[in-house]
Amino acid sequence: MTASLIIQVAIGGLLMGLIYALVAAGLSLIFGLMNIVNFAHGELLMVAMYAALLLHDHLHVGLLLQLPIVAALLFGVGVAIYRGLISRALGVRFNSGMVQIFITFGLSIFLVGLAQFMFGSDFRTLNDGAISTATVAWGQIVLPVSQIAAGGVCLLAFAALALISRTEFGRALEATREDRDAVALIGIDRDHIFSLGWGIGAATVGIAGVMLASFYYIAPSVGTSFAVIAYITVALGGFGSLLGALVAGLVVGLVEALTALFIDPSLKEIGIFALYVLVLMVRPRGLFGRQ
Amino acid sequence: MTGAAAHTIETRRRTQLLVGAGLLVGLIILPVLIPSPYWRGLMVLVLLYAGLSQGWNVLGGYCGQISLGHALYFGLGAYTSTLLFTRLGIPPTIGLFAGGALGGAAALLVGWPCFRLSGHYYAIATLVFGLIGLLLVENWDWVGAAEGITIPFRQQSWIDLQFRIAVLPFDYAMLAYAALAWLVAWLVEGSRWGFYWRAVKDDSIASRSLGVRVFPSKMAAAAISGAITGVGGALYAQYIGFIDPPSTFGLSLSVLIALPAVVGGVGTLWGPLLGAAVLIPVQQISIAKLGGAAGGVDLMIYGGLILVLALVRPQGLISLFGIRGAAGDAVVENG
Repeated sequence: MTASLIIQVAIGGLLMGLIYALVAAGLSLIFGLMNIVNFAHGELLMVAMYAALLLHDHLHVGLLLQLPIVAALLFGVGVAIYRGLISRALGVRFNSGMVQIFITFGLSIFLVGLAQFMFGSDFRTLNDGAISTATVAWGQIVLPVSQIAAGGVCLLAFAALALISRTEFGRALEATREDRDAVALIGIDRDHIFSLGWGIGAATVGIAGVMLASFYYIAPSVGTSFAVIAYITVALGGFGSLLGALVAGLVVGLVEALTALFIDPSLKEIGIFALYVLVLMVRPRGLFGRQ
Repeated sequence: MTGAAAHTIETRRRTQLLVGAGLLVGLIILPVLIPSPYWRGLMVLVLLYAGLSQGWNVLGGYCGQISLGHALYFGLGAYTSTLLFTRLGIPPTIGLFAGGALGGAAALLVGWPCFRLSGHYYAIATLVFGLIGLLLVENWDWVGAAEGITIPFRQQSWIDLQFRIAVLPFDYAMLAYAALAWLVAWLVEGSRWGFYWRAVKDDSIASRSLGVRVFPSKMAAAAISGAITGVGGALYAQYIGFIDPPSTFGLSLSVLIALPAVVGGVGTLWGPLLGAAVLIPVQQISIAKLGGAAGGVDLMIYGGLILVLALVRPQGLISLFGIRGAAGDAVVENG
C-alpha cells in the first residue's frame, strides 16, 4: 500500500464527506429550528437525484442549470411538507414527538413507493459526458472531476448557509429557535419562518442530490444509507450546529474511506458506527452541540 | 390515590382480563372456521406483529422511549434459536427462550449508553445500534453472512416447531405468543414498574424528584421489551424456515415492529393488537394485489396510511373505542 494510494483515498473520503456534510446540514437546520428529525430526509435526496436525472435525460439540462432548478424544486417540496404535514403535527397535543417521527417515516415509505412506481427499482446513472468520466491526476494521485466539483459546490453551499444565518432572516431563524413562542410578540411569523426553514433545509439536500447524481447510482432506495449517515453526522457534530455538520461530515467521510481501505470495503460503515458509539459515550451532545 | 379510584382500576383490569380471555377463545376457534391457507397465514403474521409490537410498547409506549432498533433483538432471537437448532440440535422450543434471554440482554446493553439520551437523540442511537447488528451479521461467515441460513426440516413435531403443513399449528403458536405478550403487558401495566414507567414518560425530572429511579426503570422496560421481541424472532425463523440479515435485522423491520403500537394506540393494552389487525392485512393484501406489476403502489398505500393515521389519530385507533393511553388514564383516575 503506497502513500499516494492512502492520500488518494483520504481525499476521496473528504470529498464524499462534504456531500455527507451538506445533507446533514439540511437535517440539522430543520432539527435546530423546531426539534424535529426528518426521517424522510434521505428520500428528499433521492427525489433530487431523480429530478437531476429527468432534467438531464429529457430536457438535456446541464449540471450548472440543474443546480438552481432542483434546489428551487426541493425548496417547494420542503415548504409543502411543512405546510401539509409538519405544521399539523406541531398542533397535535397527544404524543407529538412520536407523531412527528412516524409522519416522516410514513412519508419516506410513500416516496420510495412513488419512485418505484414511476421509475422502477433499477439502478440508473446520469452520464454527463465529460464531467462524469474526467479525472485529475497529480503524480500518482488520481481523482474524478465529478467528485471534486461536488465537494466544491458543497463548500459553496455551506458558505451560502453561513451568509443566510447573518441576514435579517437568519436572526429571525435564530430567535425562533431560541424561543418559538416569544418571537410572535416581536412580530415574527413563526409559521413563515418554519416553512422557510424546511424550504432551505430541503433545497440544501437538493444541491447535494444534483452533485451526487453526477457520479453515483440512482435508485428508489438510495436515500436510506445517506440518511443514516446524515443522522450520525448530525449527532456527531451536535444537533443544530452548522459548523458541527461540516466538521463531522468531513470526519465521517474520512473514517469511512480509511475503514474501507484498511479493513474491508464491505465493513466501511463500521468505522463510522464505532466513532458514533465512542462520541455517544464521551460527549452525548456531539462535538459542537449546545447543552 | 383514593380507595374508590383504586377500586375502579381493579374493576377495569378485571374487565380487561375477561375481554382478553373471551378474545383468546374466539381466536382459537377462528382458524378452524377459515380453511384458506392464505387467511390462516395472514393470521399468523397479524398475531406475530401483535406480540412483537406489544413488546415494543412496553418500552416505547409505557416508558416513552421510542426505539427504532428493535430488529436487533428480533434478529438475535431468530439467529440464536436457529443456530442452536442447526448446529447443536437443540429444539427451538428451548431455543426461543435462549433467543428471548439474548434479546433482553442486548436491550440492556443498548440501553446502558442510550438511556442518557432523550427524545430524538435516543431514537437515532437505537437506530444506529440496530444497523451495527445488521452489518456485523452480514459480514460474519459463521452465521451465513449475507446468504442467511435455511433451516432444514427434521421431523414433524411441536418440540421442533416444524410441521409439514405449517400454517394452522403456527396460528396457535403465534396466538400463544401474542397472548403471553399481552399478559406480560397486562401484568406490568398494573405493577409498580408500570407506574414508574408512566411517571418517567410524563416527566422524568419530576419523577426523579418523587423518588422514581429513572435509569433502572428504563432498563427494566428494555429487558422485558427486548426479551419479548427475541422470542418473536425465534418463532418467525421457525415459521419461515429461512433467515437472512435484512429480513431479521433490517431497519424497516424495526419500524414494522413499532408501527402497530403507534397506529393502534401507543401505551395502551389493546393498541398493538388492533394496529396489527389493521396494518398487516393492508400491507399483505396490497403487496399481493399491487406489488408485482405496478411495483411501488403497495408502499405508497402503506406509507400513506401510516402518515394519515398518525396525523388524524395521534392517540391511536383504539381511541375510536373511547380508550385513552395509560398515562392519560392514570391522571384521570388519580384526580
